Amino acid sequence: MGSNLITAENLAAGYRDKTVWQDANFAFGRGEFIAVIGPNGAGKTTLFRMLLGLQAPLNGSLEIFDAPPRRGNPRIGYVPQRHIIDSDTNVECLELVRLGLSGKKWGFNPFSHGDHDAAVLALEGVGASELAHRPLGVLSGGELQRIFLAEALVSKPDILLLDEPLSNLDLRRETDLLHQINSVVRTRGVTALLIAHNINPLLPHLDKVMYIANGKVATGKPSEVLTSESLTALYGVQVEVLRDPHGNVAIIGVEEHHGDMV
Amino acid sequence: MTFCPTGFSPNIFYDLQNIWCYEFMRNAFETGTIIAIIAGVTGYFVVLRRSAFVAHAFSEIGFAGASGAILLGIEPIAGLLAGSLLGGLTIAALGRRATNRDTQIGIVLAFTLGLGLLFISLYKSFATAAISILFGEILGISTSDVDLTLVAGAGILIAVGFLYRPLLFASLDEDVAEAKGMPMLFLGTSFMLVVAVAVSFAVQVTGVLLIFSLMVTPAATAQYLSRRPGTAIALSVGIALMATWAGLFVGFYTIYPVSFFITAIAFSLYILVRLARYGIRPKMATQVSKRK
Repeated sequence: MGSNLITAENLAAGYRDKTVWQDANFAFGRGEFIAVIGPNGAGKTTLFRMLLGLQAPLNGSLEIFDAPPRRGNPRIGYVPQRHIIDSDTNVECLELVRLGLSGKKWGFNPFSHGDHDAAVLALEGVGASELAHRPLGVLSGGELQRIFLAEALVSKPDILLLDEPLSNLDLRRETDLLHQINSVVRTRGVTALLIAHNINPLLPHLDKVMYIANGKVATGKPSEVLTSESLTALYGVQVEVLRDPHGNVAIIGVEEHHGDMV
Repeated sequence: MTFCPTGFSPNIFYDLQNIWCYEFMRNAFETGTIIAIIAGVTGYFVVLRRSAFVAHAFSEIGFAGASGAILLGIEPIAGLLAGSLLGGLTIAALGRRATNRDTQIGIVLAFTLGLGLLFISLYKSFATAAISILFGEILGISTSDVDLTLVAGAGILIAVGFLYRPLLFASLDEDVAEAKGMPMLFLGTSFMLVVAVAVSFAVQVTGVLLIFSLMVTPAATAQYLSRRPGTAIALSVGIALMATWAGLFVGFYTIYPVSFFITAIAFSLYILVRLARYGIRPKMATQVSKRK
């Protein structure tokens, strides 16, 4: 397995009384950009929770860095699905980014130059230097996502888990943020998994796609996974993948039954 | 017994000499100073975590404890501590989002306040005790109370210093902090207990009902003044000290209660800062209100 950062064999996810998905096999290497798509409730966030060690696999094996996931692994950066920070929060962005690095340490050390410099660099890395001293509470959705990204990157992780960073963003901000994430993935060799609702804006950047729906998981290159044949074979019902002349795709046939087992 | 002059003069040094001539005023200044510091520090996190209502609940649960203690003939502070620590543990045990359970907390604190009333009425000969617990009695603090407050204050500062970064992180970004494997239940419980102890001692100065004036108002004012937590905490302490010292000073020369002056000064500073900020940055103010 050596070269892969994440490996899953016959992996099943869910809770004691309910399997969300099963029989998933995938392997992701260093520096890969992977989109995780699928309907609401299909188990995309559950995958992240397992990778973070917050939830155990129901079945099968899941390995990160050739070991089972463990909670608090500093080599994983995580941006949870969130809306906005309370608009009354008058704390500068730099502080949150700095806490991304040293927030776990006990004791009082607010003036560490090392932390400060790392936080400034992380903000630069996501093109958000000008936001450093702005209060968190007044940022727009796109600006906040950059700060969260810097917060996740400041500890120089090898894996980045981004849960719907593009929701609530308009088209231009969505494109900007995606370019930023893509450049982080390429320049730092980070393996990024990004949960999204719409695959289309991601397609130019992706190495792999993970399609989770109806209790099953399809993983591979977008051109291989997102075809009528492969999805129909996986789900056993007729699935249509439509493409427009610009290369945008639409998946039809599985989403009506989302949440149910096939 | 030494002779202590009482008249007010425009010379503040002469006045302070007069005031500190009295042992009860020295005790009041010493206790007030310690409490302003711990209330300013813990208050910052109370405001940041939106736990102001919880802090208030502690003080009212503490009221039942204190009046119960008086009924049993024990030191009121023991009852206050027992009541608010019990309240803190209960709220922490209810779960991480418990601080937002306004309804449940309100129901419990109304009941405990009623319980306190019952205890006080059972102990008829000591009705003034109720007033002093409800509104504070900083002028009646003994030298041994000062020592106890100093020990508790030092303990609180050490605890907050130890918890500082994880607590700040968990307060700003709970989801990421939890995913990073930080002990959220331990953090939440420790913080609740620190606040419970801080509230119990602060009640000596402000009373149960006016606890906001030191635990919340200075910290809320400071958060408008600085975006850096360290600076904001220092400012919060500074404002709490200013309100306490000025309140004691004015209270000494008038017949009105010290607690009133402390609350009035803290409130005036808050209003001033909000007005000033609104004047300086009207653009940002509208941006903030739009996003609510």
